[in-house]
Amino acid sequence: MAFHWRWDFTWDILPQLAMGALNTLLAAVLGYLIAMVIGLGFALLQRTGIWTLNRLVREVVEFIRSTPLVLQIFFVFYVGPQFGLTLMPWTAGMIAIGLHYASYLSEVYRGALDAIPRGQWEACRALNLSPQRTYAGVILPQAVPAALPGMGNYLIGIFKDTPMLSVIGVAELMHTANAIGGNNYRYLEPYTLVGLIFLLISLPAAFGIRRFESWVRRALGMGRGH
Amino acid sequence: MTVAIDKDAAAAPAPTAGQPMVRFEKVTKRYGNLVVLDQLDLDVAPNEIVSIIGPSGSGKTTVLRMLMTLEEINDGVIYVDGEPLTHMQRGGKLMRADQRHLRRLRANIGMVFQHFNLFPHMTALGNCIEAPVHVLGMPKAEAVQRAEELLEMVGLKDKMHQHPSRLSGGQQQRVAIARALAMRPKVLLFDEVTSALDPEVIGEVLNVIRDLATQHSLTMLMVTHQMGFAKEISHRVCFFYEGKIAEQGPPGELFGNPQNERTRQFLSAVLDAG
Repeated sequence: MAFHWRWDFTWDILPQLAMGALNTLLAAVLGYLIAMVIGLGFALLQRTGIWTLNRLVREVVEFIRSTPLVLQIFFVFYVGPQFGLTLMPWTAGMIAIGLHYASYLSEVYRGALDAIPRGQWEACRALNLSPQRTYAGVILPQAVPAALPGMGNYLIGIFKDTPMLSVIGVAELMHTANAIGGNNYRYLEPYTLVGLIFLLISLPAAFGIRRFESWVRRALGMGRGH
Repeated sequence: MTVAIDKDAAAAPAPTAGQPMVRFEKVTKRYGNLVVLDQLDLDVAPNEIVSIIGPSGSGKTTVLRMLMTLEEINDGVIYVDGEPLTHMQRGGKLMRADQRHLRRLRANIGMVFQHFNLFPHMTALGNCIEAPVHVLGMPKAEAVQRAEELLEMVGLKDKMHQHPSRLSGGQQQRVAIARALAMRPKVLLFDEVTSALDPEVIGEVLNVIRDLATQHSLTMLMVTHQMGFAKEISHRVCFFYEGKIAEQGPPGELFGNPQNERTRQFLSAVLDAG
């Protein structure tokens, strides 16, 4: 069968795919926000000094990181109802992907926090700063620049993982392309466009993230060189 | 020689008799089986300047770190200005201090570290107002004014808007001294504050400490390898050996006529090297 690209079909499906792309972006951003907050919780809970709590959170994070995201999505959506937890596809998807990336981000945070020299903590103690102020004023502002590269990678990562939400019917880009393909028996154009759209968003985002990293470093006065 | 020392010592405010500002009472610190400090007794009078010298591993830095509550003690009690620091009194009995008690007592003590430990994301000024604003609740304008005075005192008013990465080691250490003073401690601890510095900037830091010693009422405990400086500004020098004070006395006596064999060995080793 010869390669045959239909431009009229391409233009027809583009608005639908654009809507799907918006949902993909929404899913990525929402999921990432959830992951950032819960991930910080995971990271801080592992620093409480309460041994059993540290161990428990550690095991949860390892468990989530070591099982496939798509399984977790299925699990929350299809197994949840058996335990009386019936969720909309969007809600289930956000919980699953948010938790999954929270466990990744918690490792990024943990690494960044561990990289803060012990002397910084001791200076806070010597100046009698409260634990809250120690984190908010001294530790986190220094940990953020160290965490940004890892956080940027996972922002692109979560964006590229959103197609997995299509398996439970979240109407994001992949789901839209599948539906178009199934209805028209043409898969070349929708899937090619999906790839292009991902590329068009990922590449500038990666560039923007790098710019943002260096801007943050400068803003915090920790710029290397200038 | 002795005359010069007496003259310098006389320039500093004399230690006050009466209740000690700092008291270690049979304080023991262990890491596992290693005894770092062995039933240490040490009284420091208000306004007294005490230098702590000794070979590495003799427990001298540990003394400061326990006093700053960076490390917990295993046995004994530390008192600051008459109140137990490591413990609190509840119904006539001493029990381990909780965080609230530690925070209240810790306010009496400041510390300058070997590696400065300035906050790299803040300017010199920012470093000096962080704790006054957030711990003492000082209005920002007042904290800034005081910080400017302190930075001027250490000779760095023109650098106050610079971040630590733009300052030399000697300048960073002077900012660290200003930062500690901004909290108005009664006791100031100096932990080998010149050890990480290039030789040519050690003098500028020692000058600041010398000014503090002679012009301010401050109790100072100083762990140092600068024997000449310890001799010059201290009221008393303590020689630590294997977790104990092997010998102590006025600098003229300890340096001029050490009684303990270990002290003699240590002094001849460091004075030869220096």
